[in-house]
Amino acid sequence: MPDLLAARSQMAMSLGFHILFAMVGVAMPVLMVVAERRWQRTGDHIYLDLAHRWAKGTAILFAVGAVSGTVLSFELGLLWPAFMEQAGAIIGMPFSLEGFAFFTEAVFLGVYLYGWDRISPRAHLAAGCAVAVSGMLSAVFVVIANAWMNAPTGFRWVDGRPVDIDPIAAMMNPAAFPQVLHMTLAAYAATGLVVAGIHALPLLRQPRNAFHRRALSVALLIGAPAALLQPVSGDLSARFVAHWQPVKLAAMEGHFKTERGAPLRIGGWPDEAAGETRYAIEIPYGLSLLAFEDPTAEVKGLLDFPRQDWPPVAIVHVAFQVMVGLGSYMALVSAAALWLMWRRRELTRHRWLLRALVLAAPMGFICAEAGWIVTEVGRQPWIIHGIMRTAEAVTPMPGLVVPFLVFTGLYAGLGVVVAWLLHQQVLRSPEATEEDAA
Amino acid sequence: MTADLGPAELVAGCALLALTAYVLLGGADFGGGIWDLLAAGPRKKQQRALIAEAIGPIWEANHVWLILVVVLLFTGFPAAFARLGITLHIPLSLMLIGIVLRGSAFTFRSHYGPGHGQEGGEGGRTSQHWGRIFAIASAGTPLLLGLCVGALASGALTAPGHAGFTATFVAPWLTPFGVGVGVLTLALFAFLAAVYLTVEAPEPALREDFRRRALGAAVAVFVAAFGTLGLAHLGAPLMGRALTTAPWAPALHAATAVAAVTAIWALWRRRYRLARVAAAGQVALILWGWALAQYPYLIPPDLTIRAAAAPRITLVLVLWALVAGGLVLFPSLIYLLRVFKREPTRS
Repeated sequence: MPDLLAARSQMAMSLGFHILFAMVGVAMPVLMVVAERRWQRTGDHIYLDLAHRWAKGTAILFAVGAVSGTVLSFELGLLWPAFMEQAGAIIGMPFSLEGFAFFTEAVFLGVYLYGWDRISPRAHLAAGCAVAVSGMLSAVFVVIANAWMNAPTGFRWVDGRPVDIDPIAAMMNPAAFPQVLHMTLAAYAATGLVVAGIHALPLLRQPRNAFHRRALSVALLIGAPAALLQPVSGDLSARFVAHWQPVKLAAMEGHFKTERGAPLRIGGWPDEAAGETRYAIEIPYGLSLLAFEDPTAEVKGLLDFPRQDWPPVAIVHVAFQVMVGLGSYMALVSAAALWLMWRRRELTRHRWLLRALVLAAPMGFICAEAGWIVTEVGRQPWIIHGIMRTAEAVTPMPGLVVPFLVFTGLYAGLGVVVAWLLHQQVLRSPEATEEDAA
Repeated sequence: MTADLGPAELVAGCALLALTAYVLLGGADFGGGIWDLLAAGPRKKQQRALIAEAIGPIWEANHVWLILVVVLLFTGFPAAFARLGITLHIPLSLMLIGIVLRGSAFTFRSHYGPGHGQEGGEGGRTSQHWGRIFAIASAGTPLLLGLCVGALASGALTAPGHAGFTATFVAPWLTPFGVGVGVLTLALFAFLAAVYLTVEAPEPALREDFRRRALGAAVAVFVAAFGTLGLAHLGAPLMGRALTTAPWAPALHAATAVAAVTAIWALWRRRYRLARVAAAGQVALILWGWALAQYPYLIPPDLTIRAAAAPRITLVLVLWALVAGGLVLFPSLIYLLRVFKREPTRS
């Protein structure tokens, strides 16, 4: 395995692993806090039980997220020293702020998890809110730093070095808002729907189980609105890409030939050698309309860009299709659930909805992985879009396949253990009917 | 020396303070793991339970100090971060494995398995395995951290050339001096943990256990410190010379000696709170002595703080971020410690 590929694989694997835990770390505290608040308001002890169980799950996922995040902060230097040497001064600012947000999150999570009988109920709830807010802020700052790699601003590049550095302008880069919005909503949608799916499954067999009914209602409260809004924020992101990274857009769409009134391709397989995408369903004028709000707008195709500036087209296109497809399903199911909730219908009577939610459970995380593949692989061959190539940034250290395999093995082991431990938690499903709750 | 303190020196100073906090707080958490590994005697179970209780609520917050050091390094001194990433790739990667295993194994043990890590039963055996991994990783990680610091101090981390794999990626850190600093780090972390645990132990017998361990660790620190100082003359000549001939050296050694003697005396007389302050002071002084000895170099022998520094605007913004972050962080940390580190009630 060539060193550049090994380094990219290690980074991709580390990010792909960490993002799962980071997303849960952002959204799970909100669920915990809502459940605790409902317990405090109604005295319904099932909500307290829920808050306890969710807090326990959050503790383990947060810990793995914290250590895998540490690995990433080091890997920036271990794998991409030349990138950090030039970019550190420009994008260190959001990382510094993220450091403090993460600090606050860790402090108050400690208070929340271990402080149930040490502080007043009000202080305990406030600690949970602090975790939720700072968790969201950490994600915001880190995504801002990543957005800069797609839309590098706040410096001038002279003779292979940045000059006139302006870290604030770098933070205000045009990719920041769409990416932050898309990722934050993704965290709430994915986490909310995975929890909803986990509790929808036992409700199919015991629809009167009060514990799972309450869990489902809280999870949908957070997940469904986010999943419903996600296509709108995705549209915003796509328009950013259309203007700033036309090669990435062309790869996402498998769009090879520049044309006016370009069609939107659903599915299909891009053939780089032949320069066309086969077997796709084409919606006439769709791409021009979505990307530029004009059905006859010209959309540049890959063939108009130098071949050495192409990302791997098939990977980006397929990942994009997966994200959009599964995301649309999540939005539809969420719309149905929200409609029924708004009409005050009993969700558990609609077994089709429960089944649809079970099916949706893993989708948010698959979407997130696919989405990061679109944005990261789609940025290749650049590490800083249009400025520095990934190949120029990689460490001179040889034999990078070794750390790649070691960390992959380590994370695979951790993943299995975490999955098993969470499974144990879910299996011990409490029996509680509405009469118990009263 | 004090004539030209600019934003670069201030950011470097903040990074040193963050590293100090990591060593004094996060270091003690690793030290706790070392004592978990070495738990022995009739109160073995209680020792481990006390360690778990002491670390549980705070280790993640303590761990963030390390992330702050890394972030300050790559924001304020990107050239230094890049060079460390290249030359210390192997020991840093190994250290990360230790960090991952320590944190996850500790969490797996504390939150799962019936009876939260108590022995007996199948779940108990599983959590014993996690305890084992937690303890071994707690001992290995400080060793590797010290190895990296030793390599940095030795002046061997020059800009990577084309000298071959071993000469570039192994030889600079795998030295007797590096191993000496690794062992010293291990001894210091174990010492800190034992001293802190004397204050936190709920009953006299357990307190005595950790008092004896603290005294033993103090001896280990003494031996490792003098051994490392001896190795420094060969393995880290710049350091060794500064620590013996610099005008500030006698004052530093005197202050460190006072702190060390106070810590041991206080442990002997069972004045644990005083011992805690003195031990923390001693460790901080050792750290600052290293920093002073290599000033103005960030990576001796050639990369100074100034030469590695980011442009002024970045440094100034980082300093503002530190002020703003500190305004949130310090009250939060004080709150955390007040909630969990109240004096045990004497009953």
